[in-house]
Amino acid sequence: MTLTNSARADGTVQDHEPWSGFTGGRWRDEIDVRDFIQHNYRPYAGDDSFLASPTARTTALWQRLVAMFPEERARGVYDIDWATPSTITSHRPGYIDRENELIVGLQTDAPLKRAIMPFGGWRLVANELRTYGYPVSDELETVFTRYRKTHNDAVFDVYPAGVRRARHSHLITGLPDAYGRGRIIGDYRRVALYGVDALIAAKRDEGRELRARFSTDEVIRAREENAEQVRALQELKEMAEDYGFDISRPARTAKEAVQWLYFAYLGAIKEQNGAAMSIGRNSAFLDVYIERDLREGRLTEQQAQELIDDLVIKLRIVRFLRTPEYDSLFSGDPTWVTETLGGIGEDGRPLVTKTAFRYLQTLFNLGPAPEPNLTVLWSAALPAGFKRFCTRVSIETSAIQYESDELIRGACGDDAAIACCVSPMRVGKQMQFFGARVNIAKALLYAINGGRDEITGEVVIPDRRPLTGLIRFDDVWPAYLEVLDWLAGQYVEALNCIHYMHDKYAYERLEMALHDGDMLRTMACGIAGLSVAADSLAAIKYARVHPILGDDGLIVDYRVEGDFPTYGNDDDRADSIATDLVRRFMAMLRAYPAYRGAVHTQSVLTITSNVVYGKHTGNTPDGRRAGEPFAPGANPMNGRDRHGMLASALSVAKLPFAEAQDGISLTSTVIPSGLGRDLDEQVGNLTGLLDAFIGTGGYHLNVNVLNRETLLDAMANPEKYPQLTIRVSGYAVNFIRLTPEQQRDVLSRTFHDSV
Amino acid sequence: MTASETRVPLPSPGGRSQELAARRSGRVGMVHSWELVTAVDGPGTRMTLFLSGCPLRCQYCQNPDTWLLRDGVPTSADDIIRRIERYRGIFETTGGGVTISGGEPLLQAGFVETVFDACARRGIHTALDTSGYLGARASDALLDDTSLVLLDVKSGLPETYRSVTTRDLEPTIRFGDRLSERGSAIWVRFVLVPGLTDAPENVDAVAAIVARWRTVERVEILPFHQLGAHKWAERGIPYTLEGTRTPDQSLLQRVRDQFTSRGLPVR
Repeated sequence: MTLTNSARADGTVQDHEPWSGFTGGRWRDEIDVRDFIQHNYRPYAGDDSFLASPTARTTALWQRLVAMFPEERARGVYDIDWATPSTITSHRPGYIDRENELIVGLQTDAPLKRAIMPFGGWRLVANELRTYGYPVSDELETVFTRYRKTHNDAVFDVYPAGVRRARHSHLITGLPDAYGRGRIIGDYRRVALYGVDALIAAKRDEGRELRARFSTDEVIRAREENAEQVRALQELKEMAEDYGFDISRPARTAKEAVQWLYFAYLGAIKEQNGAAMSIGRNSAFLDVYIERDLREGRLTEQQAQELIDDLVIKLRIVRFLRTPEYDSLFSGDPTWVTETLGGIGEDGRPLVTKTAFRYLQTLFNLGPAPEPNLTVLWSAALPAGFKRFCTRVSIETSAIQYESDELIRGACGDDAAIACCVSPMRVGKQMQFFGARVNIAKALLYAINGGRDEITGEVVIPDRRPLTGLIRFDDVWPAYLEVLDWLAGQYVEALNCIHYMHDKYAYERLEMALHDGDMLRTMACGIAGLSVAADSLAAIKYARVHPILGDDGLIVDYRVEGDFPTYGNDDDRADSIATDLVRRFMAMLRAYPAYRGAVHTQSVLTITSNVVYGKHTGNTPDGRRAGEPFAPGANPMNGRDRHGMLASALSVAKLPFAEAQDGISLTSTVIPSGLGRDLDEQVGNLTGLLDAFIGTGGYHLNVNVLNRETLLDAMANPEKYPQLTIRVSGYAVNFIRLTPEQQRDVLSRTFHDSV
Repeated sequence: MTASETRVPLPSPGGRSQELAARRSGRVGMVHSWELVTAVDGPGTRMTLFLSGCPLRCQYCQNPDTWLLRDGVPTSADDIIRRIERYRGIFETTGGGVTISGGEPLLQAGFVETVFDACARRGIHTALDTSGYLGARASDALLDDTSLVLLDVKSGLPETYRSVTTRDLEPTIRFGDRLSERGSAIWVRFVLVPGLTDAPENVDAVAAIVARWRTVERVEILPFHQLGAHKWAERGIPYTLEGTRTPDQSLLQRVRDQFTSRGLPVR
């Protein structure tokens, strides 16, 4: 987007001050935050010794909220504004403690009070209100059932029959057809760097270009979206004005930069209840402002830390209204406010600044917490001081995750951020159509049973024949590929329907206003049950698997004779099956055209839905019992990885990122003594492990450093562990907010006594 | 369901005599399992190879499933070396290497020699985890290729040593003397078992023995735990330490002091 003369005048001519001391040219003439960062940030190669502890003010502010959490946990929500559909400007300003907040802004007029967002679907909102004992407004019910169609209603108008069957039978689950799709990251930095007026002017330029083109479906849709984007930006200004800030102009100081950036993000989370509302990659950007203020005497290190602490406090209390069923799928009330830290620039300079340290320091200053979802892009080339600080934070808090900087930079450049857990995208230049996932373990059972569901016996895929007798690999493999191909088709159709309607009825106006008009869209498909499918196929291939028939000829169980290799032992016999499945399913997906010319991608990620997927899947040929949870993400099955954590990780590292560009998730838990005898040795060893795993082509690693006894004690005495944070597939949760079933699942996963 | 280990049995034609010949030559070893580990069994991240067979019967043994040679699977050194090759980058990145443990690895000294020779040619760090009881079987060539010896000194008093292991202490002392003499780096390990190895005079005797070896870089005091107990039960072997607890902090501190007072570097 090019800045018009009128827009530029706001930034440089009339108001010279905001950009004083900044260098570089292109970012002044067009919207290009990356160019600004590259010209102005200062890499930091030192250690953590400069960091400041929390001030009494910070601690007191945080403690006010901490005191409210037990009640929220007990009731599921602290409070709900049941009468006011949330928009950017729907609520009066809210504060935690007005006099003592450095950064202001809440989603509603009070902390932890949740808003309703009915544009995605009215039924869900009404259920949520009833669940938590709040009134359901007759007036709103009339509006959203009679006058205003919702995304949810629209999707069910257009779903084909096959999609309905695949959805009903739990082959495809978690689809964003009744909730916000999320996983879109606005470039919130633009508001701080340029001010809203310049962004509006640039969007109007885009609009003019669109109006000059012939009116096709595509052009008309883009024009309407553009008009909505401009409206959303105007509303954002109004919202900030209510708090007493004029964000039409660029931020002048570090404090303003943090505030402007947060307002932009706040507007997004007031407008959208997306499954994951990630915030982007902001530390090097903010560091430029902080460094300038430090240099010019406007800020001390203590004050700089306070700004980041305050921002993080706000990000920790992002809340959406969701049902208990949703929480059983994605446990612990996650919001995936993912902030991406670290990484190396395209010119070889580390993108590590002091502010990246300041973000991590919040885990000590405020104590561990699952949000924001701090994600470090790891490379062996990161400065040693940063690497050691990261691993120490992991050992002491278990609250951060790691992803491969090299793989992400290769695919999305050096201004990419993670949406949700593992999905990389160029900030402001790329979005995804989130697609949840399909159950490929269950699909294998359909191949064996001729398209019938192994639990209900219903025919889900018509015109198929079941296998009979000893199950031979040469019979099951081609049948499985046919079933997967059928599933890929249903899946892409479902996503096309969903995203067509999401764009139409629940468009993310503000988030998209903070994107270039011309952008890359991906269709983010996903698979669950990879390790169960791979091990089952290995059993069929290397041992003898006999079917056990239930009533009416349905195969309901298996008798396995002999040994077979399993995924997770760095054994190519099994690992190559998993790799092959990833490649083949990706190729199948690509064959079905995606809505709006989106590029197909795939993830191997379950979040915590591995429990629910397992619940809906019968006995499998690998010996897994019906109902037993799957391994999370791309993890090997619990207890089958027998050669240590790293060997297990190396199996996962074989999965090709090029065929799973939406990310491959691995979660590992080690006990502290398994990393070394003292903290220094533990830090050195975990750093080496990360270098080794990422260096071998690994994509993502969640590391928990915990004792099993700690988790058992936390199950029995939750009040003792209000902030115990653990990482599950791709995000972190408060352990005590998991359901007992999920807590047991976490406990049953392989604890690596040594790594 | 049992998942099979990644070990490749030899082709059977030729039968047992051929297999024995291969084992005698050191080209084939009886391997129980392997693991990639960190922070134990030497510096950095290591591929630890557990060989089967052990002449000792320690009361606190965590791996009674490795006592008999037949607990392992015949595995060719070439297969092991191929896997080591795969992990070479990891050893370089983490400052790790290869550890051979057991069982008692020197029961198959020829096999250890073959694997360590291949490592030495590739510049890969090697560690030998041994009780020293069969130290006389380690050739000078093997020790030349060994970067570090993890020497388990199970007790310092001969009678305690016998009651812990059913064997004599003397060979371990002779092996340690030889290592010290030839300048081989040693990390000493001592498993602290309340009521079995914790008597002050026993600990002091261990410290006295260790203190005279000049090449000891580190003494690791390993607190006893019950993690291996289920393996005794599974194999139906009578287990004598059912009621034994993990040593408490004050006992650990006392024992640590007993070593440090002789100037030994305790970790």
